[in-house]
Amino acid sequence: MAFWIASSPHNHMQSETSAIMRLVIYATIPGILAQWYFFGWGNIIHISLAIITALIAEFTVLSLREKKITNQLFDGSAILTAVLIGISLPAIAPWWISVLGTAFAIVIVKQLYGGLGHNPFNPAMAAYVMLLISFPLEMTSWQPPLELMALPLNFIDTLSVVISGFTVDGYSVEQLRMHIDGFTMATPLDTVKTNLTMGLTINESMENAVIGNNFGIGWEWINAGFLLGGLFLLAKKAINWATPLSFLTSLFVCSFVAFLLSQDSNASTMFHWFNGACMLGAFFILTDPVSGATSIKGRLIFGALAGFLVFIIRKYGGYPDAVAFSVLLCNMAAPLIDQYTRPRTYGHNITRNAPKNSGDK
Amino acid sequence: MASVIERIKRGHFWTFHGGIHPPQQKFLTSDKPIRAISIPEQLILPLQQHIGIPAQLQVKVGDKVLKGQALTYGAHPMAVPIHAPTSGIITAIKNAVIAHPSGLSELCLFITPDGEDKWRPRSICTDFNQLTNNQLIDKISSSGISGMGGAGFPTQVKVSTREDIQYLIINAAECEPYITADDLLIREHSPSILDGINILDKILSPDHVLIGIEDNKPQAIKALQQATADNAKINVCVLPTKYPTGGEKQLIQILTGQEVPAGVLPSSLGIVMQNIATCFAIADAVINDTPLIKRVVTVSGQALEKPQNVWSLLGTPVGYLLAQCGYLNKDKKHIIMGGPMMGYSLPTDQVPVVKTTNCILAPTEKEISSPYSTGSKEVECIRCGQCSDVCPSQLLPQELQWSAKAKDQQQLAKLNLFDCIECGACAYVCPSQIPLVHYYRIAKSEIRQQKQLDIKAEHAKVRFEARKERLARDKIAREEKHKAAAEARKARMNSGSTAGNNEKSAVAAALARVKAKKAGQAEPDKTSVSEAPENGQKSQVAAAIARAKAKKLAAKKSKSTETSVVADNVTGNTESSIDDKKAKIAVAVAKAKAKKRDDKLTTPTESNPVADKDIETTLNADIKSVTATDNKKAKIAAAVAKAKSKKLHKKSEKPEKSKAGSSIAKQEDNEAMSSEVEPVKSADDKKAKIAAAVAKAKAKKLASQKEKVTTPVDNSSTDNKVINTETEIKTPEEVKKAKIAAAVAKAKAKKIASQQEKSEST
Repeated sequence: MAFWIASSPHNHMQSETSAIMRLVIYATIPGILAQWYFFGWGNIIHISLAIITALIAEFTVLSLREKKITNQLFDGSAILTAVLIGISLPAIAPWWISVLGTAFAIVIVKQLYGGLGHNPFNPAMAAYVMLLISFPLEMTSWQPPLELMALPLNFIDTLSVVISGFTVDGYSVEQLRMHIDGFTMATPLDTVKTNLTMGLTINESMENAVIGNNFGIGWEWINAGFLLGGLFLLAKKAINWATPLSFLTSLFVCSFVAFLLSQDSNASTMFHWFNGACMLGAFFILTDPVSGATSIKGRLIFGALAGFLVFIIRKYGGYPDAVAFSVLLCNMAAPLIDQYTRPRTYGHNITRNAPKNSGDK
Repeated sequence: MASVIERIKRGHFWTFHGGIHPPQQKFLTSDKPIRAISIPEQLILPLQQHIGIPAQLQVKVGDKVLKGQALTYGAHPMAVPIHAPTSGIITAIKNAVIAHPSGLSELCLFITPDGEDKWRPRSICTDFNQLTNNQLIDKISSSGISGMGGAGFPTQVKVSTREDIQYLIINAAECEPYITADDLLIREHSPSILDGINILDKILSPDHVLIGIEDNKPQAIKALQQATADNAKINVCVLPTKYPTGGEKQLIQILTGQEVPAGVLPSSLGIVMQNIATCFAIADAVINDTPLIKRVVTVSGQALEKPQNVWSLLGTPVGYLLAQCGYLNKDKKHIIMGGPMMGYSLPTDQVPVVKTTNCILAPTEKEISSPYSTGSKEVECIRCGQCSDVCPSQLLPQELQWSAKAKDQQQLAKLNLFDCIECGACAYVCPSQIPLVHYYRIAKSEIRQQKQLDIKAEHAKVRFEARKERLARDKIAREEKHKAAAEARKARMNSGSTAGNNEKSAVAAALARVKAKKAGQAEPDKTSVSEAPENGQKSQVAAAIARAKAKKLAAKKSKSTETSVVADNVTGNTESSIDDKKAKIAVAVAKAKAKKRDDKLTTPTESNPVADKDIETTLNADIKSVTATDNKKAKIAAAVAKAKSKKLHKKSEKPEKSKAGSSIAKQEDNEAMSSEVEPVKSADDKKAKIAAAVAKAKAKKLASQKEKVTTPVDNSSTDNKVINTETEIKTPEEVKKAKIAAAVAKAKAKKIASQQEKSEST
């Protein structure tokens, strides 16, 4: 007759960390679909490569650390990091870019700092920044939207480019990026930035083929897809509302003020919202609980800081898209934000002379 | 506070931060009445079933007790008595496992019921309004009533608060899943409960009485509303179901909007809270003179055939209740005392029901999984923040968990660890399945232990400092004493009194002896290094003994007889260099005889020549006996002693100036010392012999010189003669040797005498 001793509480909500991670991965599907539709198979190939690399890297490191493999390998965090890296990379980047980036993210940024729950930086974004700075050529060879491409690019071609750098027919990456008129196409953000330095106004930049009718062919739908996924996560309470809301609000406010000040040299608010990695960052990167702030107030400050930094770097910085850099800077600031935004404990520092109204029925 | 009561009347309550909605599971027992069960075979009553200290035992093993008889008595307000739940015999008073998460044992009373269930005499109180408040509180305290909601605070302390009470809050929330004990009690006994509330109303006279109840108990709400329909003071407040609404601080915040400041009792805010079952017990105690001997316990869980609320006698083993309700699990048992959120697992089913037990939970595997079946699913914290979203105390469980794992006690204090009410909401929602409350409990106990150690260390420090001071004071006192004694001694010695002079001379003589010895010992080659220090020690010891004796004699004698002192010193010295025991003894005997003689001399009687002669003959005989021994040293020493005593005897007939005498005494001393030292050590040495001859010549010269100077020199010559004559008594060989020795000795004596004079002059 054995008696089992356990500590209260004995009931549990039965939610698990792996369930949250799975939910987040599911929420990226709309965005990935949009990517596939507009840009082809490139990102999906990179996501697959990244997942394989991530699992192998995590397995190796967990074995070295003598941790329980079964629990931790498939808790979803490594796969999520791989998916995010795969989404962020250019579609026709070489295969070793994603392999290297994922290995760096898992081994160095995550496990070396202590594994799940201990990493101060978002692994996906840290890996992206490392790749961007180390291999600028490969990381800026963005594939144009399929409808603008002069050359065909089916699945086999994409696979061939990723692995060898040339399509089956022998076209190189540079050739793939050529518009039918002979100029190399870049992302909408990059296009606008370059044109501004060349002296064109925003309105003139907007005539570029890459921009299309709204904010950028393909990119606007990808961001819309990630926005949808993010709203789904909010509804499921897998992420907190504070960070996305404050990030988007802060970016909106900054770009709105700039737009009012000078319409000719500042892009519109929606242009900022629906380009680059804005929505991905808002709902999937900044909301990473491990590297973000903890209290509500802290998260609001965290998101606001990120939005501000994204705007500043996009406008004045050297890179067209700034989400990765601003995320890393905010990760650095998170512990300090946490320390100064601790909530008031019940029974301490009560404001007298008024019954505390913490909410009504 | 008018706005508060207005809001209450409107049903417009506040809310507290966080909270969770676990599945209620109350359907298992909420539709069945409270069942009365038969008396168990044995009752185990822990002496302490409340917060505070246990009361004092009034019974012993073998006593027969009646139902309701007080088994302990508490004079202290925090000591609550216990009563016999049924009549029977006390079979044991020993340690047994009690209802506590630790599973430790404490002192318990074991009662074997006799089946008669016989009451002690009781007296009904028909109208409690006639009693004074003090009488009512007395009745409550003597009936052993403490909080029955779970904490167990002594009720008499709570109701005897001196503060002005605005709100008396009756806690009928029962927010934890599975538990329906209060629900059923209200449904079946609302009039008694109302009596209890009225009694409390009389004692505390609050402005308002609020009954807080959750909206998942519609029948109980109806019963309460009916019972309080004609009492405008009492408000039944129906609250939304949320865990942990029933927590004291949370309920106060919901009903009045006020936060209880940390470390402060709610009574200081003018609020007193009592559980509704305690009100029932109060009514029983005051009106029916029935002490707290039974309570409603929810026995629930899907591992039972008949989960139900039962009237359980206090002290009933949990296993008995489970058997009564048809417990199905045969091998692996998971029994929880309390609800699933705050209850604790039991290590054995013999744990008794106590005043704070409101539920026994017997879940199946599927219902509540034990970590032993599924393995610990704890993973790392991913900092999701859901725990701080649900914490009713507005803490940061995530940060607390990091600091608790790191054992960072300072950070835990900063994060207000002790404000945690251990409700379990954070651990309930944690996706990483971290047992947060467990970590906090461990951290809290570690901090408490550390505080105990700190207090002990403080005590030890204080005591150590006091001891240091005491030792320092003692040292100073000792030094003062020494200083005072030294000054007194100096004063005595310099005062010019004879006693003082005796002391002085004794001290000087001793010093001189030591020096002479040192000098004497320095010339002849050290026989053995080990011997020298030994001899030195011995001479020191002898010198000390001699000093003491001198003091004694000086104190004894009325006349100044420094000579006798000297004699003692002499003999004392001679002793120091004799190794042979026999010789020592002989010398001691000689010494004693000499002393006797001296004593005789000191007495004011006339010197009896006959007596003296007798002594002398005896001395001679002694010396002969000594000479029979092989030890040369002894022989010489004995002879010297005899000579000395004779000398002194002669001397005593000629009174002299004390100073001269003292100098003579010194000289004699030196001579004696050297004479016994020299012959012994230089007897066999050729070189020494030569040196002795030379010295003899020199001594003769000096001696002749000295004779011219003063009369004392005469004495020395006579002394020499005396010595010489004495030595002539012996065999020619010995005489020769003695002569040589004597001459050397003279020389030595001269040297030392001169040294002594020098030292004296300085």
